[in-house]
Amino acid sequence: MVDQLVIPLLKIVIVLNATLVGVTYMVLLERKVIAWAQSRLGPMRVGPYGILQPIADAVKLMIKEDITPVRADRWVFTAAPIISMVPALIVYAVIPFGPTVHLFGRPVNLYITDINVGLLYIVSVASVGVYGIILAGYASNSKYPLLASLRASAQLISYEVAVTLTLVSVILVAGTLSMKGIVDAQYNQNVWYAFIQPIAFVIFFIGGLAETNRAPFDLPEAEQELTGGFHTEYSGMRFALFFLAEYANMIVVSSVATTLFLGGWLPPFPHVSALRFLYYIPSWAWFLLKSFVFLYIFIWVRATLPRYRYDQLMRLGWKVLIPLAIANLVLTGIVKIALM
Amino acid sequence: MGQAIAFYVIAACILGFAVLVVSTKDTVHSVLFLVLDFLFVAALYVLLGAQFLAVIQVLVYAGGIVVLYLFVVMLVNLKRPPEAHQDPHRRTKLGFGLAAAVLVELGAIAAYGYTAPASATLSAASAPMPVAGNTEQVGWLLYTQYLVPFEIASMLLLVAMIGAIILAKREL
Repeated sequence: MVDQLVIPLLKIVIVLNATLVGVTYMVLLERKVIAWAQSRLGPMRVGPYGILQPIADAVKLMIKEDITPVRADRWVFTAAPIISMVPALIVYAVIPFGPTVHLFGRPVNLYITDINVGLLYIVSVASVGVYGIILAGYASNSKYPLLASLRASAQLISYEVAVTLTLVSVILVAGTLSMKGIVDAQYNQNVWYAFIQPIAFVIFFIGGLAETNRAPFDLPEAEQELTGGFHTEYSGMRFALFFLAEYANMIVVSSVATTLFLGGWLPPFPHVSALRFLYYIPSWAWFLLKSFVFLYIFIWVRATLPRYRYDQLMRLGWKVLIPLAIANLVLTGIVKIALM
Repeated sequence: MGQAIAFYVIAACILGFAVLVVSTKDTVHSVLFLVLDFLFVAALYVLLGAQFLAVIQVLVYAGGIVVLYLFVVMLVNLKRPPEAHQDPHRRTKLGFGLAAAVLVELGAIAAYGYTAPASATLSAASAPMPVAGNTEQVGWLLYTQYLVPFEIASMLLLVAMIGAIILAKREL
């Protein structure tokens, strides 16, 4: 009873809350880091160094007027933010934050579940998330959101192909689709896959930027061209849901990149006995630290790079990343057979 | 017991959404019901223990093909209802014919299931499979027993792809 119901529910509650808190503080981190990059201070008023700013933002968004445009498709307009948010959250079901640990004399897995098609589950749930954006643009019944949502869906579909192909080459190396299994494989092969699949790693990261609509691929939210983006007509909490979904997706991409390419919860050089002391840092802390590096790079890229033009974006996706990913996949297969 | 309840709930949802797909006036809503329908079909696969198929169902149909449907529906503006055809019963004969064909097929399947249930399922299950696990089994069957249909299907997709490129880009 306790193992079947109580512990999984507790884990879900903890992971969801941690995600939502993490997402709100990602917003603050982004504002701070971009401010520092531009020699500003960033938010400073609410709390010391502005650390209570996310709470103030949340309160503001919740008490704002919630507008539904008269000509909007009411049901779809309401459903769109929910459809964006739900896939971004249910992906966390298969992300392993650590191995099995003993807590109060009871073995506890530091992941909600470990299914044998974990990686495919993530890809397929993420592919459903695109509906939120398309429908938001369609249901607003307004031209700029529609243009933005067409851009977004074309972008997502194009980059999904490249990202999925890189995942296939990782699966070839690991020999499993389970997220936990992939980390175990990195432990057994004694190498982070970032080193034996560097091309896949780079393509995955670029594709991750594009799939989360982040700079330099943030064309669906290009304010100068689209007066906001696919969420122009949304206000209040419903707008906030799109915003939170984007940041939740960033955390998902960072966690998946950590699991697949940086050894997940493993400390660096897990087999070297001189570095045994690294095991005193708990596994989930390694996981969070590695994910944080990715999140920081996400923000850093946004503060550094200018936005791509739409045709450049499509050219990069179809003419560079997809051929590279296919070549990488073929090469991985050849090397794997040669080594067998 | 629990499985039976889950099956009937899922099956009812699949049929209900399928009816909504064809009966809804608004084309975009119809496409959305189609997505829901596919998600419940995926749930049915999970119930059967075929997680790999379930995930592929969501990835390919719900997340891929229907997105493209939605594109088409959004781009060709179907806001106004289609004009009524002069002969409103022109499709009735075809409909009855198709319904009869499906009924015959269902009857044949049911009859076959009653007459030769054990032998058919046993011969399929008794084939030795050198791999364990859902994904491996699907892969094994695809590349051994069903290799020819699999390759023919991939050729068909390739032909469709080339055809689409030629249609879309008249001067290459």
